[in-house]
Amino acid sequence: MNSRIGFVAFNTFREAVRDRVLYNLIAFALMLSGAAILVGEISIDIERLVVVNLGLTAVSLFGVVIAIFIGIGLVSKEIDKRTLYTVLSRPVRRWEFVVGKFFGLTGTLVVNTFFMALGVFLALLYVAHRFQNMDFWVLVALYFIVLQFFIVCALALFFSTFSTPLMSAVFTFALFVIGSLAEDLRGFARVTQGVAGWIATGIAYVVPNFSALNIIGAVAHGDPVAGRLILYSTIYALLYSTIAISGAVLIFQHRNLK
Amino acid sequence: MAAIEILDLEKSYSVGFWRKRPKLALRPLRLTIEEGEVFGFLGPNGAGKTTTLKLLMGLVFPTAGSARILGLDMDDPRVKSEIGFLPEQPYFYDHLSARELLNYYGQLSGVPAKERSSRVERMLGRVGLSDSAGVQLRKFSKGMLQRVGLAQAILHDPKLVFLDEPMSGLDPSGRREVRDLIQQLRNEGKTVFFSTHILSDAEALCDRVGVIHQGELRGVGSVAELTSQKQGKIEIIFYSQRIPAGLTNLGADARISGDMVNAVLPEEQQDAALEILRSERLKLISLVPVRNSLEEYYIQKLQPTEGRAAEDRKGVAV
Repeated sequence: MNSRIGFVAFNTFREAVRDRVLYNLIAFALMLSGAAILVGEISIDIERLVVVNLGLTAVSLFGVVIAIFIGIGLVSKEIDKRTLYTVLSRPVRRWEFVVGKFFGLTGTLVVNTFFMALGVFLALLYVAHRFQNMDFWVLVALYFIVLQFFIVCALALFFSTFSTPLMSAVFTFALFVIGSLAEDLRGFARVTQGVAGWIATGIAYVVPNFSALNIIGAVAHGDPVAGRLILYSTIYALLYSTIAISGAVLIFQHRNLK
Repeated sequence: MAAIEILDLEKSYSVGFWRKRPKLALRPLRLTIEEGEVFGFLGPNGAGKTTTLKLLMGLVFPTAGSARILGLDMDDPRVKSEIGFLPEQPYFYDHLSARELLNYYGQLSGVPAKERSSRVERMLGRVGLSDSAGVQLRKFSKGMLQRVGLAQAILHDPKLVFLDEPMSGLDPSGRREVRDLIQQLRNEGKTVFFSTHILSDAEALCDRVGVIHQGELRGVGSVAELTSQKQGKIEIIFYSQRIPAGLTNLGADARISGDMVNAVLPEEQQDAALEILRSERLKLISLVPVRNSLEEYYIQKLQPTEGRAAEDRKGVAV
Protein backbone atom coordinates (compact mmCIF):
# COMPACT_ATOMS: atom_id res chain seq x y z
CA MET A 1 0.00 0.00 0.00
CA ASN A 2 1.15 3.52 -0.80
CA SER A 3 2.65 4.81 2.47
CA ARG A 4 0.65 8.07 2.45
CA ILE A 5 -2.59 6.07 2.19
CA GLY A 6 -1.41 4.08 5.20
CA PHE A 7 -0.66 7.23 7.20
CA VAL A 8 -4.08 8.73 6.43
CA ALA A 9 -5.74 5.39 7.24
CA PHE A 10 -3.94 5.10 10.56
CA ASN A 11 -4.87 8.66 11.51
CA THR A 12 -8.52 7.94 10.68
CA PHE A 13 -8.40 4.79 12.80
CA ARG A 14 -6.73 6.64 15.68
CA GLU A 15 -9.33 9.41 15.50
CA ALA A 16 -12.18 6.89 15.68
CA VAL A 17 -10.60 5.11 18.64
CA ARG A 18 -9.92 8.39 20.50
CA ASP A 19 -13.44 9.59 19.78
CA ARG A 20 -14.50 6.55 21.80
CA VAL A 21 -16.15 4.74 18.92
CA LEU A 22 -15.05 1.41 20.34
CA TYR A 23 -17.12 2.15 23.46
CA ASN A 24 -19.99 0.55 21.53
CA LEU A 25 -18.31 -2.74 22.41
CA ILE A 26 -19.35 -2.25 26.02
CA ALA A 27 -23.01 -1.90 25.03
CA PHE A 28 -22.63 -4.92 22.74
CA ALA A 29 -21.01 -7.04 25.44
CA LEU A 30 -23.70 -6.12 27.98
CA MET A 31 -26.50 -6.86 25.53
CA LEU A 32 -25.06 -10.17 24.40
CA SER A 33 -24.23 -11.48 27.84
CA GLY A 34 -27.70 -10.49 29.04
CA ALA A 35 -29.28 -12.28 26.07
CA ALA A 36 -27.12 -15.39 26.54
CA ILE A 37 -28.04 -15.66 30.21
CA LEU A 38 -31.69 -15.07 29.39
CA VAL A 39 -31.97 -17.68 26.60
CA GLY A 40 -30.01 -20.10 28.75
CA GLU A 41 -32.83 -19.82 31.29
CA ILE A 42 -35.90 -19.88 29.05
CA SER A 43 -35.25 -21.82 25.84
CA ILE A 44 -34.71 -25.51 25.21
CA ASP A 45 -32.46 -26.65 22.32
CA ILE A 46 -32.67 -23.35 20.48
CA GLU A 47 -30.13 -21.47 22.58
CA ARG A 48 -27.53 -21.64 19.83
CA LEU A 49 -30.02 -20.46 17.19
CA VAL A 50 -31.03 -17.47 19.30
CA VAL A 51 -27.47 -16.49 20.27
CA VAL A 52 -26.17 -16.73 16.67
CA ASN A 53 -29.15 -14.83 15.29
CA LEU A 54 -29.06 -12.13 17.93
CA GLY A 55 -25.27 -11.87 18.08
CA LEU A 56 -24.68 -11.60 14.34
CA THR A 57 -27.59 -9.21 13.82
CA ALA A 58 -26.18 -6.99 16.57
CA VAL A 59 -22.69 -7.16 15.02
CA SER A 60 -24.19 -6.10 11.70
CA LEU A 61 -26.34 -3.28 13.09
CA PHE A 62 -23.67 -1.84 15.39
CA GLY A 63 -21.19 -1.89 12.52
CA VAL A 64 -23.56 -0.33 10.00
CA VAL A 65 -24.43 2.47 12.41
CA ILE A 66 -20.72 3.17 13.01
CA ALA A 67 -19.95 2.96 9.28
CA ILE A 68 -22.68 5.46 8.45
CA PHE A 69 -22.07 7.90 11.26
CA ILE A 70 -18.32 8.05 10.82
CA GLY A 71 -18.36 7.59 7.07
CA ILE A 72 -20.64 10.54 6.36
CA GLY A 73 -18.20 12.94 8.01
CA LEU A 74 -14.98 11.48 6.67
CA VAL A 75 -14.56 14.09 3.94
CA SER A 76 -17.21 16.72 4.64
CA LYS A 77 -16.05 17.22 8.24
CA GLU A 78 -12.48 17.71 7.07
CA ILE A 79 -13.67 20.30 4.56
CA ASP A 80 -15.85 22.12 7.11
CA LYS A 81 -13.13 22.16 9.75
CA ARG A 82 -10.46 22.93 7.15
CA THR A 83 -8.18 20.21 8.49
CA LEU A 84 -7.83 19.17 4.85
CA TYR A 85 -5.96 22.33 3.90
CA THR A 86 -2.77 21.34 5.67
CA VAL A 87 -3.03 17.78 4.37
CA LEU A 88 -3.63 18.57 0.70
CA SER A 89 -0.94 21.26 0.69
CA ARG A 90 1.51 18.38 1.21
CA PRO A 91 2.51 15.76 -1.34
CA VAL A 92 -0.79 13.92 -0.74
CA ARG A 93 -2.97 13.38 -3.79
CA ARG A 94 -6.69 13.72 -3.38
CA TRP A 95 -7.34 10.09 -4.33
CA GLU A 96 -4.81 8.95 -1.74
CA PHE A 97 -6.68 10.90 0.91
CA VAL A 98 -10.05 9.35 -0.03
CA VAL A 99 -8.67 5.82 -0.23
CA GLY A 100 -6.78 6.30 3.05
CA LYS A 101 -9.97 7.47 4.76
CA PHE A 102 -11.79 4.39 3.43
CA PHE A 103 -9.17 2.00 4.74
CA GLY A 104 -9.07 3.81 8.07
CA LEU A 105 -12.77 3.38 8.59
CA THR A 106 -12.93 -0.20 7.37
CA GLY A 107 -9.93 -0.97 9.59
CA THR A 108 -11.81 0.45 12.56
CA LEU A 109 -14.80 -1.72 11.72
CA VAL A 110 -12.70 -4.85 11.28
CA VAL A 111 -11.14 -4.34 14.73
CA ASN A 112 -14.58 -3.62 16.18
CA THR A 113 -16.01 -6.73 14.51
CA PHE A 114 -13.14 -8.83 15.80
CA PHE A 115 -13.97 -7.96 19.40
CA MET A 116 -17.70 -8.43 18.83
CA ALA A 117 -17.00 -11.81 17.20
CA LEU A 118 -15.09 -12.81 20.34
CA GLY A 119 -18.22 -11.88 22.32
CA VAL A 120 -20.45 -13.99 20.07
CA PHE A 121 -18.20 -17.04 20.43
CA LEU A 122 -18.00 -16.59 24.20
CA ALA A 123 -21.79 -16.41 24.33
CA LEU A 124 -21.98 -19.58 22.18
CA LEU A 125 -19.59 -21.35 24.53
CA TYR A 126 -21.67 -20.20 27.48
CA VAL A 127 -24.97 -21.61 26.13
CA ALA A 128 -23.63 -24.77 24.39
CA HIS A 129 -20.65 -25.44 26.75
CA ARG A 130 -18.53 -26.46 23.74
CA PHE A 131 -17.82 -25.44 20.14
CA GLN A 132 -19.34 -27.44 17.26
CA ASN A 133 -18.21 -27.89 13.66
CA MET A 134 -21.07 -25.77 12.39
CA ASP A 135 -19.77 -22.82 14.42
CA PHE A 136 -17.21 -22.40 11.65
CA TRP A 137 -20.01 -21.00 9.46
CA VAL A 138 -20.51 -18.23 12.03
CA LEU A 139 -17.04 -17.04 11.05
CA VAL A 140 -18.13 -17.04 7.40
CA ALA A 141 -21.25 -15.03 8.31
CA LEU A 142 -19.01 -12.54 10.13
CA TYR A 143 -16.87 -12.30 6.99
CA PHE A 144 -20.02 -11.52 4.96
CA ILE A 145 -20.93 -8.83 7.49
CA VAL A 146 -17.49 -7.26 7.02
CA LEU A 147 -18.12 -7.29 3.26
CA GLN A 148 -21.35 -5.38 3.93
CA PHE A 149 -19.35 -2.85 5.97
CA PHE A 150 -17.00 -2.32 3.02
CA ILE A 151 -19.95 -1.34 0.82
CA VAL A 152 -21.61 0.85 3.48
CA CYS A 153 -18.32 2.66 4.18
CA ALA A 154 -17.73 3.21 0.48
CA LEU A 155 -21.25 4.58 0.00
CA ALA A 156 -21.04 6.86 3.04
CA LEU A 157 -17.69 8.14 1.82
CA PHE A 158 -19.10 8.65 -1.68
CA PHE A 159 -21.97 10.80 -0.41
CA SER A 160 -19.61 12.58 2.00
CA THR A 161 -17.63 14.01 -0.92
CA PHE A 162 -20.49 16.16 -2.20
CA SER A 163 -23.29 16.23 0.36
CA THR A 164 -23.96 17.41 3.90
CA PRO A 165 -23.53 14.86 6.70
CA LEU A 166 -27.28 14.73 7.28
CA MET A 167 -28.15 14.07 3.65
CA SER A 168 -25.28 11.59 3.35
CA ALA A 169 -26.68 9.69 6.35
CA VAL A 170 -30.15 9.66 4.81
CA PHE A 171 -28.87 8.47 1.40
CA THR A 172 -26.61 5.78 2.85
CA PHE A 173 -29.18 4.47 5.29
CA ALA A 174 -31.86 4.45 2.58
CA LEU A 175 -29.56 2.45 0.30
CA PHE A 176 -28.81 0.05 3.14
CA VAL A 177 -32.52 -0.55 3.76
CA ILE A 178 -33.38 -0.88 0.05
CA GLY A 179 -30.31 -3.06 -0.48
CA SER A 180 -31.39 -5.33 2.34
CA LEU A 181 -34.59 -5.91 0.35
CA ALA A 182 -32.77 -6.26 -2.99
CA GLU A 183 -33.81 -9.88 -3.53
CA ASP A 184 -37.49 -8.92 -3.08
CA LEU A 185 -36.95 -6.00 -5.45
CA ARG A 186 -35.48 -8.34 -8.05
CA GLY A 187 -38.43 -10.68 -7.62
CA PHE A 188 -40.81 -7.73 -8.08
CA ALA A 189 -38.90 -6.62 -11.20
CA ARG A 190 -39.27 -10.08 -12.71
CA VAL A 191 -43.07 -10.00 -12.48
CA THR A 192 -43.47 -6.36 -13.57
CA GLN A 193 -43.95 -5.46 -17.23
CA GLY A 194 -43.20 -2.39 -19.35
CA VAL A 195 -41.51 0.80 -18.17
CA ALA A 196 -42.18 0.01 -14.50
CA GLY A 197 -40.46 -3.33 -15.02
CA TRP A 198 -37.41 -1.70 -16.56
CA ILE A 199 -37.19 0.85 -13.77
CA ALA A 200 -37.60 -1.83 -11.10
CA THR A 201 -34.94 -4.00 -12.80
CA GLY A 202 -32.59 -1.01 -13.04
CA ILE A 203 -33.03 -0.11 -9.39
CA ALA A 204 -32.76 -3.74 -8.28
CA TYR A 205 -29.37 -4.12 -9.94
CA VAL A 206 -27.99 -0.68 -9.07
CA VAL A 207 -28.68 -0.77 -5.34
CA PRO A 208 -26.18 -2.84 -3.34
CA ASN A 209 -27.47 -6.34 -2.77
CA PHE A 210 -27.13 -6.53 0.99
CA SER A 211 -29.70 -9.31 1.21
CA ALA A 212 -27.34 -11.63 -0.70
CA LEU A 213 -24.65 -10.85 1.86
CA ASN A 214 -26.93 -11.66 4.77
CA ILE A 215 -26.50 -15.35 5.62
CA ILE A 216 -27.24 -15.01 9.32
CA GLY A 217 -30.47 -17.07 9.15
CA ALA A 218 -28.84 -19.97 7.30
CA VAL A 219 -25.79 -20.03 9.56
CA ALA A 220 -27.96 -19.87 12.69
CA HIS A 221 -29.60 -23.08 11.50
CA GLY A 222 -26.18 -24.64 10.96
CA ASP A 223 -26.44 -24.69 7.14
CA PRO A 224 -23.08 -24.73 5.34
CA VAL A 225 -22.14 -21.91 2.93
CA ALA A 226 -21.00 -22.84 -0.58
CA GLY A 227 -17.45 -21.84 -1.50
CA ARG A 228 -18.74 -20.37 -4.76
CA LEU A 229 -21.08 -18.05 -2.84
CA ILE A 230 -18.16 -16.85 -0.72
CA LEU A 231 -16.10 -16.15 -3.84
CA TYR A 232 -18.92 -14.37 -5.72
CA SER A 233 -19.91 -12.33 -2.67
CA THR A 234 -16.31 -11.27 -2.15
CA ILE A 235 -15.95 -10.20 -5.79
CA TYR A 236 -19.32 -8.41 -5.69
CA ALA A 237 -18.53 -6.48 -2.48
CA LEU A 238 -15.05 -5.49 -3.62
CA LEU A 239 -16.32 -4.44 -7.05
CA TYR A 240 -19.19 -2.41 -5.62
CA SER A 241 -16.93 -0.72 -3.06
CA THR A 242 -14.34 0.03 -5.73
CA ILE A 243 -16.95 1.64 -7.96
CA ALA A 244 -18.30 3.76 -5.08
CA ILE A 245 -14.79 4.81 -4.02
CA SER A 246 -13.91 5.61 -7.63
CA GLY A 247 -17.02 7.80 -7.80
CA ALA A 248 -15.96 9.50 -4.57
CA VAL A 249 -12.45 10.11 -5.95
CA LEU A 250 -13.83 11.43 -9.23
CA ILE A 251 -16.06 13.96 -7.46
CA PHE A 252 -13.49 14.94 -4.84
CA GLN A 253 -10.79 15.33 -7.47
CA HIS A 254 -12.70 18.26 -9.00
CA ARG A 255 -14.16 19.79 -5.89
CA ASN A 256 -13.27 23.32 -4.83
CA LEU A 257 -12.57 23.47 -1.10
CA LYS A 258 -14.22 26.73 -0.11
CA MET B 1 14.68 31.95 -10.94
CA ALA B 2 11.28 33.20 -9.90
CA ALA B 3 9.89 31.36 -6.87
CA ILE B 4 6.31 32.08 -7.92
CA GLU B 5 5.11 33.11 -11.33
CA ILE B 6 1.38 33.76 -11.47
CA LEU B 7 0.10 34.01 -15.02
CA ASP B 8 -3.36 35.56 -15.28
CA LEU B 9 -4.81 33.34 -12.59
CA GLU B 10 -8.53 33.93 -12.34
CA LYS B 11 -11.32 32.52 -10.21
CA SER B 12 -15.06 32.93 -10.36
CA TYR B 13 -17.75 31.06 -8.50
CA SER B 14 -21.37 30.43 -9.43
CA VAL B 15 -23.77 31.92 -6.93
CA GLY B 16 -27.54 31.81 -6.59
CA PHE B 17 -29.76 28.79 -6.10
CA TRP B 18 -31.90 28.80 -9.20
CA ARG B 19 -30.43 31.24 -11.72
CA LYS B 20 -26.71 30.79 -11.30
CA ARG B 21 -24.57 33.83 -11.99
CA PRO B 22 -20.80 34.14 -11.86
CA LYS B 23 -19.13 35.96 -9.00
CA LEU B 24 -15.57 36.99 -9.69
CA ALA B 25 -13.37 36.26 -6.68
CA LEU B 26 -10.08 36.98 -8.42
CA ARG B 27 -9.60 39.01 -11.56
CA PRO B 28 -6.74 37.85 -13.82
CA LEU B 29 -3.70 38.09 -11.57
CA ARG B 30 -0.16 38.42 -12.91
CA LEU B 31 2.57 38.51 -10.32
CA THR B 32 6.14 37.30 -9.93
CA ILE B 33 7.90 36.66 -6.63
CA GLU B 34 11.65 36.17 -6.69
CA GLU B 35 13.51 33.52 -4.72
CA GLY B 36 14.55 34.62 -1.23
CA GLU B 37 12.03 37.43 -1.20
CA VAL B 38 9.57 38.19 1.60
CA PHE B 39 6.42 39.31 -0.14
CA GLY B 40 3.42 40.78 1.65
CA PHE B 41 0.02 40.39 0.08
CA LEU B 42 -2.08 43.19 1.49
CA GLY B 43 -5.77 43.82 1.28
CA PRO B 44 -8.91 44.17 3.35
CA ASN B 45 -11.02 41.15 4.31
CA GLY B 46 -12.61 39.54 1.27
CA ALA B 47 -10.14 41.15 -1.13
CA GLY B 48 -9.03 37.85 -2.69
CA LYS B 49 -5.88 37.10 -0.65
CA THR B 50 -7.05 33.73 0.64
CA THR B 51 -8.50 32.79 -2.76
CA THR B 52 -5.09 33.41 -4.34
CA LEU B 53 -3.38 31.24 -1.72
CA LYS B 54 -5.96 28.48 -2.11
CA LEU B 55 -5.46 28.52 -5.87
CA LEU B 56 -1.70 28.20 -5.45
CA MET B 57 -2.17 25.36 -2.95
CA GLY B 58 -4.48 23.48 -5.32
CA LEU B 59 -7.38 23.67 -2.85
CA VAL B 60 -9.56 25.44 -5.42
CA PHE B 61 -9.20 25.26 -9.17
CA PRO B 62 -8.68 28.31 -11.38
CA THR B 63 -11.31 29.40 -13.87
CA ALA B 64 -8.47 30.52 -16.13
CA GLY B 65 -4.74 31.09 -16.02
CA SER B 66 -1.92 29.17 -14.42
CA ALA B 67 1.03 29.52 -12.10
CA ARG B 68 4.54 28.16 -11.81
CA ILE B 69 6.02 27.49 -8.41
CA LEU B 70 9.78 26.96 -8.08
CA GLY B 71 9.93 26.43 -11.83
CA LEU B 72 7.26 23.72 -11.89
CA ASP B 73 3.63 23.86 -12.90
CA MET B 74 1.54 24.44 -9.77
CA ASP B 75 -0.27 21.11 -10.36
CA ASP B 76 2.99 19.19 -10.37
CA PRO B 77 2.98 16.92 -7.26
CA ARG B 78 6.71 17.62 -6.71
CA VAL B 79 5.86 21.23 -5.84
CA LYS B 80 4.15 20.18 -2.62
CA SER B 81 7.36 18.75 -1.15
CA GLU B 82 9.04 22.13 -1.45
CA ILE B 83 6.35 24.37 0.01
CA GLY B 84 4.85 24.96 3.43
CA PHE B 85 1.42 26.45 4.07
CA LEU B 86 -0.25 28.00 7.08
CA PRO B 87 -3.97 28.57 6.44
CA GLU B 88 -5.89 31.43 8.00
CA GLN B 89 -7.19 30.52 11.47
CA PRO B 90 -5.87 26.99 11.21
CA TYR B 91 -7.74 24.06 12.66
CA PHE B 92 -6.03 20.75 13.24
CA TYR B 93 -6.97 17.22 14.25
CA ASP B 94 -7.81 17.90 17.86
CA HIS B 95 -7.59 14.25 18.91
CA LEU B 96 -3.83 14.49 18.38
CA SER B 97 -1.19 16.11 20.52
CA ALA B 98 1.10 18.73 18.95
CA ARG B 99 3.88 16.14 18.75
CA GLU B 100 1.64 13.53 17.11
CA LEU B 101 0.28 16.07 14.64
CA LEU B 102 3.73 17.19 13.56
CA ASN B 103 4.83 13.58 13.29
CA TYR B 104 1.81 12.82 11.08
CA TYR B 105 2.51 15.81 8.85
CA GLY B 106 6.16 14.79 8.73
CA GLN B 107 5.08 11.37 7.47
CA LEU B 108 2.85 12.93 4.81
CA SER B 109 5.62 15.30 3.73
CA GLY B 110 8.06 12.45 3.31
CA VAL B 111 10.43 13.40 6.14
CA PRO B 112 12.62 10.29 6.66
CA ALA B 113 11.61 8.28 9.74
CA LYS B 114 15.07 8.41 11.33
CA GLU B 115 15.17 12.19 11.48
CA ARG B 116 11.44 12.82 11.91
CA SER B 117 11.22 12.77 15.67
CA SER B 118 14.29 14.98 16.21
CA ARG B 119 12.95 17.47 13.67
CA VAL B 120 9.53 17.48 15.37
CA GLU B 121 11.14 18.24 18.72
CA ARG B 122 13.24 20.99 17.16
CA MET B 123 10.17 22.61 15.60
CA LEU B 124 8.23 22.41 18.85
CA GLY B 125 11.10 24.19 20.57
CA ARG B 126 11.33 26.77 17.81
CA VAL B 127 7.70 27.83 18.28
CA GLY B 128 7.86 27.57 22.07
CA LEU B 129 5.61 24.54 22.50
CA SER B 130 8.03 21.99 23.96
CA ASP B 131 6.24 22.01 27.31
CA SER B 132 2.81 21.37 25.73
CA ALA B 133 3.97 18.87 23.12
CA GLY B 134 2.03 15.97 24.62
CA VAL B 135 -1.24 17.83 25.20
CA GLN B 136 -4.16 17.16 22.84
CA LEU B 137 -4.81 20.10 20.53
CA ARG B 138 -8.42 20.41 21.72
CA LYS B 139 -6.96 21.94 24.88
CA PHE B 140 -4.86 24.52 22.99
CA SER B 141 -5.61 28.24 22.86
CA LYS B 142 -5.94 30.06 19.54
CA GLY B 143 -2.44 31.46 19.85
CA MET B 144 -0.98 28.01 20.57
CA LEU B 145 -2.76 26.59 17.52
CA GLN B 146 -1.25 29.35 15.43
CA ARG B 147 2.20 28.30 16.66
CA VAL B 148 1.46 24.67 15.79
CA GLY B 149 0.39 25.94 12.38
CA LEU B 150 3.70 27.70 11.88
CA ALA B 151 5.62 24.64 13.02
CA GLN B 152 3.82 22.37 10.55
CA ALA B 153 4.41 24.84 7.74
CA ILE B 154 8.20 24.76 8.13
CA LEU B 155 8.60 21.23 9.52
CA HIS B 156 9.83 19.69 6.26
CA ASP B 157 12.27 22.53 5.56
CA PRO B 158 10.42 23.94 2.54
CA LYS B 159 12.02 26.41 0.13
CA LEU B 160 8.88 28.47 -0.10
CA VAL B 161 6.45 29.25 2.72
CA PHE B 162 2.91 30.56 2.28
CA LEU B 163 1.38 32.13 5.38
CA ASP B 164 -2.22 33.31 5.40
CA GLU B 165 -2.67 35.97 8.09
CA PRO B 166 0.07 34.48 10.30
CA MET B 167 -0.34 37.10 13.04
CA SER B 168 -4.08 36.74 13.41
CA GLY B 169 -5.21 35.71 16.88
CA LEU B 170 -1.84 36.37 18.47
CA ASP B 171 -1.10 38.65 21.39
CA PRO B 172 1.65 41.30 20.98
CA SER B 173 4.42 38.98 22.16
CA GLY B 174 3.13 36.21 19.91
CA ARG B 175 3.15 38.61 16.97
CA ARG B 176 6.67 39.59 17.77
CA GLU B 177 7.72 35.93 17.82
CA VAL B 178 6.11 35.31 14.44
CA ARG B 179 7.85 38.36 13.04
CA ASP B 180 11.15 37.00 14.34
CA LEU B 181 10.39 33.63 12.79
CA ILE B 182 9.70 35.18 9.37
CA GLN B 183 12.91 37.15 9.74
CA GLN B 184 14.78 33.90 10.46
CA LEU B 185 13.22 32.28 7.40
CA ARG B 186 14.44 35.19 5.31
CA ASN B 187 17.93 34.80 6.79
CA GLU B 188 17.84 31.11 5.87
CA GLY B 189 17.20 32.14 2.26
CA LYS B 190 13.60 30.98 2.12
CA THR B 191 10.96 32.72 0.08
CA VAL B 192 7.99 33.85 2.16
CA PHE B 193 4.64 34.86 0.70
CA PHE B 194 2.30 36.06 3.39
CA SER B 195 -1.05 37.76 3.40
CA THR B 196 -1.96 40.29 6.01
CA HIS B 197 -3.97 43.39 6.62
CA ILE B 198 -1.66 44.57 9.39
CA LEU B 199 0.47 47.13 7.59
CA SER B 200 3.09 47.57 10.31
CA ASP B 201 3.94 43.87 10.02
CA ALA B 202 4.30 44.17 6.28
CA GLU B 203 6.42 47.31 6.57
CA ALA B 204 8.72 45.64 9.10
CA LEU B 205 9.14 42.35 7.24
CA CYS B 206 8.57 42.62 3.51
CA ASP B 207 10.89 43.32 0.64
CA ARG B 208 7.90 44.00 -1.59
CA VAL B 209 4.16 44.24 -1.14
CA GLY B 210 1.18 43.83 -3.42
CA VAL B 211 -2.17 45.42 -2.70
CA ILE B 212 -5.26 43.49 -3.72
CA HIS B 213 -8.80 44.79 -3.47
CA GLN B 214 -12.07 43.42 -4.80
CA GLY B 215 -10.21 40.56 -6.44
CA GLU B 216 -7.91 42.87 -8.38
CA LEU B 217 -4.19 43.48 -7.87
CA ARG B 218 -4.03 47.26 -7.49
CA GLY B 219 -0.28 47.67 -7.22
CA VAL B 220 3.06 46.09 -6.37
CA GLY B 221 6.08 47.89 -5.01
CA SER B 222 9.26 47.67 -3.03
CA VAL B 223 8.70 48.66 0.60
CA ALA B 224 12.01 50.51 0.71
CA GLU B 225 11.07 52.56 -2.37
CA LEU B 226 7.52 53.21 -1.29
CA THR B 227 8.55 54.47 2.11
CA SER B 228 11.46 56.55 0.83
CA GLN B 229 9.48 58.55 -1.71
CA LYS B 230 9.30 62.22 -0.79
CA GLN B 231 6.04 64.06 -0.97
CA GLY B 232 7.60 67.47 -1.77
CA LYS B 233 6.90 68.61 1.78
CA ILE B 234 8.99 69.14 4.90
CA GLU B 235 8.11 68.76 8.53
CA ILE B 236 9.54 71.29 10.97
CA ILE B 237 9.39 70.85 14.73
CA PHE B 238 10.42 73.73 17.02
CA TYR B 239 9.93 74.94 20.59
CA SER B 240 7.07 77.44 20.84
CA GLN B 241 3.63 77.71 22.42
CA ARG B 242 2.21 79.68 19.49
CA ILE B 243 2.24 79.33 15.73
CA PRO B 244 4.12 82.23 14.08
CA ALA B 245 1.83 84.14 11.69
CA GLY B 246 4.51 84.13 8.98
CA LEU B 247 4.50 80.35 8.92
CA THR B 248 0.74 80.22 8.30
CA ASN B 249 1.21 82.68 5.43
CA LEU B 250 3.67 80.20 3.86
CA GLY B 251 0.87 77.63 3.68
CA ALA B 252 2.02 75.55 6.67
CA ASP B 253 -0.27 73.03 8.27
CA ALA B 254 0.77 73.57 11.90
CA ARG B 255 -0.40 72.33 15.26
CA ILE B 256 0.75 72.91 18.84
CA SER B 257 1.71 69.90 20.89
CA GLY B 258 2.76 70.79 24.47
CA ASP B 259 5.58 73.30 24.20
CA MET B 260 6.35 72.35 20.63
CA VAL B 261 4.95 73.22 17.24
CA ASN B 262 4.78 70.71 14.42
CA ALA B 263 4.43 72.27 10.96
CA VAL B 264 4.24 70.69 7.52
CA LEU B 265 4.80 72.97 4.54
CA PRO B 266 5.93 72.86 0.90
CA GLU B 267 9.62 72.02 0.39
CA GLU B 268 10.29 75.25 -1.55
CA GLN B 269 9.29 77.28 1.54
CA GLN B 270 12.06 75.72 3.63
CA ASP B 271 14.42 78.73 3.59
CA ALA B 272 11.61 81.19 4.24
CA ALA B 273 10.38 79.12 7.16
CA LEU B 274 13.85 78.89 8.72
CA GLU B 275 14.21 82.66 8.32
CA ILE B 276 10.97 83.18 10.26
CA LEU B 277 12.20 80.90 13.08
CA ARG B 278 15.51 82.78 13.19
CA SER B 279 13.84 86.19 13.24
CA GLU B 280 11.50 85.13 16.04
CA ARG B 281 14.38 83.42 17.93
CA LEU B 282 12.63 80.08 18.06
CA LYS B 283 14.69 76.94 18.71
CA LEU B 284 14.54 74.36 15.94
CA ILE B 285 14.25 70.73 17.02
CA SER B 286 14.10 68.96 13.67
CA LEU B 287 13.54 69.43 9.98
CA VAL B 288 12.86 66.33 7.86
CA PRO B 289 11.37 65.69 4.44
CA VAL B 290 7.91 64.08 4.60
CA ARG B 291 8.04 60.55 3.12
CA ASN B 292 5.27 58.26 2.01
CA SER B 293 4.20 55.57 4.43
CA LEU B 294 2.98 52.12 3.45
CA GLU B 295 -0.39 53.09 4.86
CA GLU B 296 -0.69 55.99 2.42
CA TYR B 297 0.26 53.72 -0.47
CA TYR B 298 -2.27 51.13 0.71
CA ILE B 299 -5.10 53.63 1.11
CA GLN B 300 -4.30 55.15 -2.26
CA LYS B 301 -4.46 51.73 -3.94
CA LEU B 302 -7.81 50.94 -2.37
CA GLN B 303 -9.40 53.93 -4.08
CA PRO B 304 -11.56 52.86 -7.03
CA THR B 305 -9.86 53.38 -10.38
CA GLU B 306 -11.93 55.24 -12.96
CA GLY B 307 -12.34 52.26 -15.25
CA ARG B 308 -13.25 49.99 -12.38
CA ALA B 309 -15.70 52.47 -10.89
CA ALA B 310 -17.44 52.73 -14.25
CA GLU B 311 -17.52 48.94 -14.53
CA ASP B 312 -18.94 48.64 -11.04
CA ARG B 313 -21.62 51.22 -11.86
CA LYS B 314 -22.61 49.04 -14.82
CA GLY B 315 -23.16 46.19 -12.38
CA VAL B 316 -20.24 43.94 -13.19
CA ALA B 317 -20.08 41.24 -10.52
CA VAL B 318 -17.12 41.50 -8.21
